[in-house]
Amino acid sequence: MLRELVMLPAGAGLMAFFVRSHGWRRGLLVAAAVAHLGLTVRAWVAPPAVGGFWLGLDPLGLLFLTIVSVLFMACAVYAVGYLGREDHQQEKADLEEGLLFSNQPEAVFTGCMLLFLSMMSLVCLSRHLGLLWVAIEATTLTSAPLIYYHRHHRSLEAAWKYMLICSVGIGLALLGNFFLAVAFTPAGGVTPALGLDGLLTATVGTRGVWLKVAFVFIVVGYGTKMGLAPMHTWLPDAHSESPSVVSALLSGALLNCAFLGILRVWQVLVHTGQADFAQPIMIGFGLASMAVAAVFILGQPDYKRLLAYSSVEHMGILALGVGLGGAAVFGSLLHAVNHSLTKCMLFLTAGNILAVYRTKECGKARGLLRVMPVTGVLWIAGFLAITGTPPFGVFLSKFIVLSAAFNSGHPVIGVVALALLAVIFVGLCVIVLRMGQGERSDAVPEAVREPLWSMIPPVLLGLAVLALGLWLPKPLETVLQAAARSLGGGL
Amino acid sequence: MTSWLDIVMVLLFLTDLGLLGSSRLGVYVRLAAVQGVLVGVLPLLVQHTLALETVAVAAGTIAVKSVLFPWLMARIMRGFDDRRERQPYLGYTVSLVLGVLAVGAALWISRRLPESGAGGLAAHGFLMPAALFSIFTGLILLVTRRKAVTQVLGYLVMENGIYVAGMVLVPESTFLVELGVLLDLFVGVFLMGIMIFHIQREFDHIDTDQLAALKDWGGEP
Repeated sequence: MLRELVMLPAGAGLMAFFVRSHGWRRGLLVAAAVAHLGLTVRAWVAPPAVGGFWLGLDPLGLLFLTIVSVLFMACAVYAVGYLGREDHQQEKADLEEGLLFSNQPEAVFTGCMLLFLSMMSLVCLSRHLGLLWVAIEATTLTSAPLIYYHRHHRSLEAAWKYMLICSVGIGLALLGNFFLAVAFTPAGGVTPALGLDGLLTATVGTRGVWLKVAFVFIVVGYGTKMGLAPMHTWLPDAHSESPSVVSALLSGALLNCAFLGILRVWQVLVHTGQADFAQPIMIGFGLASMAVAAVFILGQPDYKRLLAYSSVEHMGILALGVGLGGAAVFGSLLHAVNHSLTKCMLFLTAGNILAVYRTKECGKARGLLRVMPVTGVLWIAGFLAITGTPPFGVFLSKFIVLSAAFNSGHPVIGVVALALLAVIFVGLCVIVLRMGQGERSDAVPEAVREPLWSMIPPVLLGLAVLALGLWLPKPLETVLQAAARSLGGGL
Repeated sequence: MTSWLDIVMVLLFLTDLGLLGSSRLGVYVRLAAVQGVLVGVLPLLVQHTLALETVAVAAGTIAVKSVLFPWLMARIMRGFDDRRERQPYLGYTVSLVLGVLAVGAALWISRRLPESGAGGLAAHGFLMPAALFSIFTGLILLVTRRKAVTQVLGYLVMENGIYVAGMVLVPESTFLVELGVLLDLFVGVFLMGIMIFHIQREFDHIDTDQLAALKDWGGEP
């Protein structure tokens, strides 16, 4: 069953390259997403044994796998409508500069989407740090063509930066994995295999230093992919230039996968009692990410970059929560769920706005509530959700993280984080409310049809975030608790 | 075996220095190919018993790094008018001086590394410095050169260094993981190659400093 989670989308992805009919190929995309979601649900109902040497499913992996699966389902449905609107034959005028460009063939797009899903599942299922590394690098490779879907020079630039920066970063993480292996080598003995089960029962002996070095390399390496400042530079470009449905997956699913890479090593650190050393590092990266996001969100002219910087902020909150430990770890994992659902909804909504207004400038996309009532409401609801306004789920998870900061005797960190969140709230508030209100500009048609395909996924995601704020289902709470405990925290 | 190992180490240092000091893209590609052979044969020289898997990984590494990649790069460069790295952000003399400093740093760091316990291999004094120097060289090339081809080669050289470091630190690495790493590298460089092709078509050259449209303020209208 674990193998199917990886092989099924991979097989479907390879098939998609050869299917000629658009209808069948889009059907294949949705069918694979449904099957993947079905397998994930089955893993909730009847949890498989934690697993073998290579693949396994522990609560932490299950949590992130579920995020990936749910988000992909939403994006697959949305993509059907999106691909229907896009023309793959003709060259068309670029939205920003009026240059002509063509799209990638749809088969490449669909195939890469499915392979991307397969590799993200592999990240969630890996029980071997070497395999985990291979899978994380493979997510970069399968998603780079997606960013370059609209073949013009800006998306090319974004894809190039993404490939080069992330590959170099992940290369450093590989070096970190080698150091980790050295840390567990007994004197004169054989280096252990990097299986997680073996590492979580092994002892370090006298080589604790190597473990610390390993953690630094891995945080910098996977942190590049996760979008922690100051290694986040690829993120706004890639998120703003790729199609919105891809941005939604990058932000909601991919960044979490890199986070999982860091968490796996965190588990090893907790087991060996070295987490004290790593906590300030995570807190530092967390606060730095929030600060950078705050600076760039204020007065941001491009609403997709706005969402991208918001992702940097939330990755910062995740890192901060793990660094604080205790209840904050639980909050951080819950926040990963909430952020993914909300950000996916926001990016899909941004895609709908872009399709009608044909501009990414906040200043030109005005009067959303009049022109597109449903989208306008979604956009403002999404803003309220992402900034942590009650009763949305993000409020709950942010509250847990911040209250843990004060309760665990870190009032300064709590105050700084609160101040940054306030700045971000104001920055988003000004931009989003202006877009919602205001007069319709003449460039926008008066009566806009809002297609059902592109409305249903964001609406459902928004309702899910709302529901999570009002009521935390018992099974989810159990899994979150178990996952947080494996990271040395928990309520 | 040790004398062969010494020769390989010296050649590894020399290829790195050559990469830092030259300006022709053709030379870069050839030096990277030579380096691919060097890191490819390393596991054969260090392992005492030759397992089939070791030979397979070595053959795969050499095939990818010194046959496929050079062929790919040569194919991409066929369309270029300008096959030199003109006006790098850092001149060649400065790069070489930096390279010499990097050798010093690599030796110094390797001396100070806590005992790694990897046994006989780490005892060979120049493996770890060579690995670190390759990583430094790769990073210098990535940061200070303009051409996209050179940057990809910088990434490759860095990856070579990491590969050698892995050989020193984790001699008993897993066959499956090594294959995975090699596959990732292959697909990665292949995709970068395709992108360079598109950059060339889009901008008529491959200077990456032209890739500067995306920024937060003051860029686009």
